[in-house]
Amino acid sequence: MMNRLLRNRLRATALLVVMSAIGIVFVAPLLFMVVSSFKGDDAIFANLDTWSAYLPSDAWSMANYRAVFEKSDLPSFLFNSTLIAALVVVGGIIVNSMLAFSIARMRWRGRQVVLALVVAMVIVPFEVIAIPLLSLVARLPWPGFEHGQFVLHSGWFNSLHVQVIPFLANAFCVFLFYQFFRDIPPELDEAAKMDGAGPWTLYARIIMPNSGPVIATAAIVLFISAWNQYLWPIMVIQGEAFRPVQPGIQQYFGRTNSWGQIMAYATVITLPVLAVFLAFQRQFVASVAGTGIKG
Amino acid sequence: MKTRFGHDGPFAVGAFAAPAILLFLVFVVLPMLLAAGATLTNHRLMSPEPTQYVGLDNYRRLLAFDIAAIDPLRDGSGAIVRDDEGVRFPTWRQVRKARPELGSYRPAFQFDVGGRRIVLAASDPLFYRSLINTFLFAALVLPLQCGVALGLAILVNQKVRGRVFFRTVYFAPVVTSMVVASIVWAFMLNTDRGMLNELLRNLLHDPNAGPDWLGDSHYALPAIALMSAWQGAGFQMLVFLAGLQSISPELYEAATLMGANAWQRFVHVTLPGLRNTIIFVLVSTTLLAFGLFTQVDVMTSGGPLDSTSTVVYHAVRSGFKEQDVGYGSTITLVFFTIVLGLSILQRMLVNRGNT
Repeated sequence: MMNRLLRNRLRATALLVVMSAIGIVFVAPLLFMVVSSFKGDDAIFANLDTWSAYLPSDAWSMANYRAVFEKSDLPSFLFNSTLIAALVVVGGIIVNSMLAFSIARMRWRGRQVVLALVVAMVIVPFEVIAIPLLSLVARLPWPGFEHGQFVLHSGWFNSLHVQVIPFLANAFCVFLFYQFFRDIPPELDEAAKMDGAGPWTLYARIIMPNSGPVIATAAIVLFISAWNQYLWPIMVIQGEAFRPVQPGIQQYFGRTNSWGQIMAYATVITLPVLAVFLAFQRQFVASVAGTGIKG
Repeated sequence: MKTRFGHDGPFAVGAFAAPAILLFLVFVVLPMLLAAGATLTNHRLMSPEPTQYVGLDNYRRLLAFDIAAIDPLRDGSGAIVRDDEGVRFPTWRQVRKARPELGSYRPAFQFDVGGRRIVLAASDPLFYRSLINTFLFAALVLPLQCGVALGLAILVNQKVRGRVFFRTVYFAPVVTSMVVASIVWAFMLNTDRGMLNELLRNLLHDPNAGPDWLGDSHYALPAIALMSAWQGAGFQMLVFLAGLQSISPELYEAATLMGANAWQRFVHVTLPGLRNTIIFVLVSTTLLAFGLFTQVDVMTSGGPLDSTSTVVYHAVRSGFKEQDVGYGSTITLVFFTIVLGLSILQRMLVNRGNT
């Protein structure tokens, strides 16, 4: 009896040691990024081979952050990325949940075909679409006003909408919503239907208010993919005005040789996403795990 | 009045389904159709010259290749010429002069076997170089990332205190953008002052140990694979974890009663139970590996000596940087065909498992 207890305790300790060792490998680069962002370049390089690389040094300061905010357009890039991500999240939740609602909760011919096509689209990587999409948006018109006159601009380059509109419809999100809506018990909306409620009422008053978890999941998926966009903005955004943060840091990386400032930049654009992830961890983990079961 | 059992009105259905379907049609389907059309033209992004129909020229330029076996150089007496680096072979220019059918082909890849040199020559050698690199990267990252992910899933599936904490830690790199991960790792992989080499030097007690990770064509791709596995393993870990938790605990109990040890339980209960999860993870990791672009663009720009150029990197280089949309689209479609083939393979494997 005692022996078994001891063995279990030993086993638990051994597991803890192994898991911690692996954990250090996974977290060390991120920890190094944050810690270095508070150090001067000399201090970063002074003791790379010791533990102190991961510990605060005496010369702990915000100088790198000040430099990055003053020397680069980081504030403007942060604003762009925030706006783009917010628009993609809100718009994406609306259009994707509406399509999923029509497939899961309305009866019409062809919905099974639409569902099959959506599922098929989940496997198409964005890299496949990128070049053709580039030549498409180069030709699309966009309305605007110049000197009080209505004009049609040709081409979607250097704008916010070119970074938002193509990413609203998201096959993975439609599928997420569809799975959730399908499993909501029909009794919930049958009563409303009996009272003569139309599909709008059903969608806005019954289904969506009962879909908190899947809305949170879709929001996280859309937010992280929008915030981490890189390939698309480097192709369609040449100027600085509408540049988001990921191409922004790549630019800065090529221009400066201060590692402290680069790490400060990286910390500023990474911590918000890490914070969102930590806040919604439970839903996020559930959604990622769900992708594998169905696959 | 609406009937409960009939079909919904077309206007109501249209209002709900149309926005997303329209967006899919315009931003996924239409680009693919345009791409298929563009592959038959010399269309350029923002070019004053009119686009011309060129037939299958783009495909010929991309895919045309020949495999040539080259004999070593021999001197007057017929003996093989050698120098410091071993057997000497004729230069490509000499080979082409002797064999005009090799035309405008240039070598993309070569290896020596049985005293002869086998050369893969192509009209776009960079495409074949990129294709080989892409497969090589997939071959490196697939076992590494999936193996690590499975190991992590088994660890965090144990009933120990703090497993949620560790799950979060292992997952944190997934949330970090690939650009940031690439930049931080570029620092860690630095030859002279990077942490990895400092660590190696301390372990080996050799002040000169440690390769030039990103500057040596032998190490650059493996280094990028290492970094990619670090960034992505947490995602696959969660998928494996869901698979592990769907295996009935009774199976483990039965196996234990029958005297199976931990390894036997892993082989005879865990692996068969994870069959479909493993296929899903393998295929999704392969698709991700084939999309390799960001790490290459940030860390190496395809170098050194094209050793990290990939299919997507080549497509972006042609279609965007050189503005040759017709050619870039051709690479895109060939890439799509490969991705589609892999997905169909997955479907076949899964179906076979179910019957």
